[in-house]
Amino acid sequence: MIIRVVLPAHLRTLARVEGELKLDVDGPPTQRTVLEALEAAYPMLRGTIRDHGTHQRRPFVRFFACERDLSHESPDARLPDAVAVGAEPFLVVGAMAGG
Amino acid sequence: MSAVRVLVGTRKGAFILTSDGTRDRWEVSGPHFGGWEIYHVKGCPTEPNRLYASQSSSWFGQVIQRSNDGGKTWAPVGNKFVYEGTPGTHLWYDGTPRTFEFTCVWHLEPSLTDPDTVYAGVQDAALYRSVDGGQTWQELAGLRQHESARSWQPGAGGMCLHTVVLDASRPQRIFVAISAAGVFRSDDAGKTWRPMNRGLKSEGIPDPTAEVGHCVHRIAVHRSRPDVLFMQKHWDVMRSDDAGESWREISGNLPTDFGFPIDVHAHEPETIYVVPIKSDSEHYLPEGKLRVYRSRTGGNEWEALTRGLPQRDCYVNVLRDAMAVDALEPCGVYFGTTGGQVYASANAGDSWTPIVRDLPSVVSVEVQTLP
Repeated sequence: MIIRVVLPAHLRTLARVEGELKLDVDGPPTQRTVLEALEAAYPMLRGTIRDHGTHQRRPFVRFFACERDLSHESPDARLPDAVAVGAEPFLVVGAMAGG
Repeated sequence: MSAVRVLVGTRKGAFILTSDGTRDRWEVSGPHFGGWEIYHVKGCPTEPNRLYASQSSSWFGQVIQRSNDGGKTWAPVGNKFVYEGTPGTHLWYDGTPRTFEFTCVWHLEPSLTDPDTVYAGVQDAALYRSVDGGQTWQELAGLRQHESARSWQPGAGGMCLHTVVLDASRPQRIFVAISAAGVFRSDDAGKTWRPMNRGLKSEGIPDPTAEVGHCVHRIAVHRSRPDVLFMQKHWDVMRSDDAGESWREISGNLPTDFGFPIDVHAHEPETIYVVPIKSDSEHYLPEGKLRVYRSRTGGNEWEALTRGLPQRDCYVNVLRDAMAVDALEPCGVYFGTTGGQVYASANAGDSWTPIVRDLPSVVSVEVQTLP
């Protein structure tokens, strides 16, 4: 299935992409499957969104979709149907921090 | 005609300053990696257009960038820094054990002979090496597995391995410095390490002459004389004439011996430079005057270099990796400030002019002398 993904500006620059990405994701749409598809397509993003080894989300990164904060949900929880069918994007967000 | 390329890392990006050998007129390129913190950019001695840059962010972690064309274009390479085996613990500020955790790369030191080999000093303190141009990194774990590592404590800036010195005459020898553990030396290419802190005296630790626990800010060496090392410690400017086996103080007549950078003239191994800072609790210049101090006698006798530098109302700092020298004649000296100025002297420090005045806060300055 095709999942729409929006990256923060710094990661778009690092990955050399503009605008929204469309990723072909195998299996059920979850944070894990989406991030694995993202990192496979853009290896330079490995380690910038989640830890290389533990795959834990970096502390100042958030995952939003459908006006909800999904950051604290299980990485294996199914993403909202609207994301799965491509009606809404999965947003990777740099947390507002730093004053 | 020869040329000079100054590689500047700042809190918000990298800048590359270039000039011909006259060092009169400068072109400024950047920001590269705008918005990211650039701890260090350094070129390879044997292939000057090969540059490595440490790019990091509290949000998105560590990225290593590599350029093969002198900084015109860049490509990210490997950023996976994994401690070998069990990470183990060091001491936290409150004295409790804390597991080593990778945060960022403070310093990149390309090999003196092979452009694909580069060392990375990281926080929490460890040394990594890549032999494939930065694509993959392997920890030289004997350092972090040294018996003293459990007692290492972070300095105010974090527990960083910030200095890597390679010995041109002995390829197996590596010096590193860690805040706040001190200097370590390996004579077997990084497999085993010995603390090299005899003669250091630090009033801020329980045993002022302890084997390990000193907040060394930087060490510098002249390539032709690798057994003579100079050190800017938290307080005290020090010198070793026996490859770190022992140190003696050379602060002499400095107005204060707290500071961060120290460097050696390219052609005069007994000429060294420091930038005294008022104190460890103030971290700005004494008397509001930006003064580089030069010793032509290997220490103890220092002269203030002030021509062209602000002598009133100046309260910047110069960080540990933010000073460098070129190899032209006369030797050029460069440094960057936390106020965003990069100053250059084309006459070994006798007079200074700013190349740029308004960059983001400068973290590191390196210089390449190009044919």
